[in-house]
Amino acid sequence: MASSPIMSEGSASVIPAHWRDFVALTKPRVMTLVVFTGLCGLLAAPGHIHPVLGFTAILCIALGAGAAATLNQWYEADIDAKMKRTANRPIPAGRMDRQSALHFGIGLSFFSVLLMGIATNWLAAAVLAVSILFYVFVYTIWLKPRTAQNIVIGGAAGAFPPVIGWAAATGHISALPIALFMLIFFWTPPHFWALALFVKTDYAAAGIPMLPVVSGEVATRRQIWFYTAVMAVAAMAPVLLRLTGPVYGTAALLGTALFAVFAFQVFRRRESDPVRMGPEKRLFKYSILYLFLLFGAVVIDRWIFA
Amino acid sequence: MTPEEDRQIRSRQKSRAIVTGLLLGALVLLFYAITIAKIGGGH
Repeated sequence: MASSPIMSEGSASVIPAHWRDFVALTKPRVMTLVVFTGLCGLLAAPGHIHPVLGFTAILCIALGAGAAATLNQWYEADIDAKMKRTANRPIPAGRMDRQSALHFGIGLSFFSVLLMGIATNWLAAAVLAVSILFYVFVYTIWLKPRTAQNIVIGGAAGAFPPVIGWAAATGHISALPIALFMLIFFWTPPHFWALALFVKTDYAAAGIPMLPVVSGEVATRRQIWFYTAVMAVAAMAPVLLRLTGPVYGTAALLGTALFAVFAFQVFRRRESDPVRMGPEKRLFKYSILYLFLLFGAVVIDRWIFA
Repeated sequence: MTPEEDRQIRSRQKSRAIVTGLLLGALVLLFYAITIAKIGGGH
């Protein structure tokens, strides 16, 4: 754990950051979905992995996600300070200096990748390394401050866990983990833009070119609907390609239909007051449940029919 | 440095040392378990 102290305001003394702030940097709450999709990729894979090695693989995915989140906050500390939602994070709140976060993030990145390679295989480690580098360099540094389509391509970073889990269990990557990657990839835009609709004032204050800020709400609602349609195709692809059976097929059909209903409601609305954005908040919350549902169904389906 | 700041620094250092120690202990156990799993042909 990094140990660089911070200079406290108006004093020559140094106060080391609390260990809880290092944990906070890793965004443990956001990690839930990453860990779950990674675990599902691992459990849906054919063959057998020793429980200790499987646990280690999931631990590495979690640590890798935490490392990427840490490096994201190191780079975006100035932006985080301007947004109500993020102003109380350890660096903008002044509880930790940036260098400590950088050292912690780099250390955690190397540790997670090396541990993955040692415990499982180097393909899984390589994909984990690519996912961290993609999130930090392609999403955080390159795309996010430059284009309103930032989260479309950047969303790929969050789509890697099932591929990593599968690779950890089997040593190779086949069609199903790629299909699961595509599902999360196309799920990210409607999920995130639903959130961006009702927290848009924050993004505007920070100067981040989120779609509602740059293109307006109508365009965002249209894009949510468009990507929901593409996501529906991605969700049904494992069924159409005969990679999964009826359990996943039923869950995907019903789950996606409900997703489409909620997305269509958001598409049709013209509400601009964040306080009255019930359907937008409902779509955001349901999108999280949807991903849990479909990935859980993949595992059950593979256990029964594969 | 005021006595209050000194106390706070020592408190932070102590809690961080305890957490680091616990993490190192957990890592020892994890690497031991990984080694046993590998020797047993778990993967």
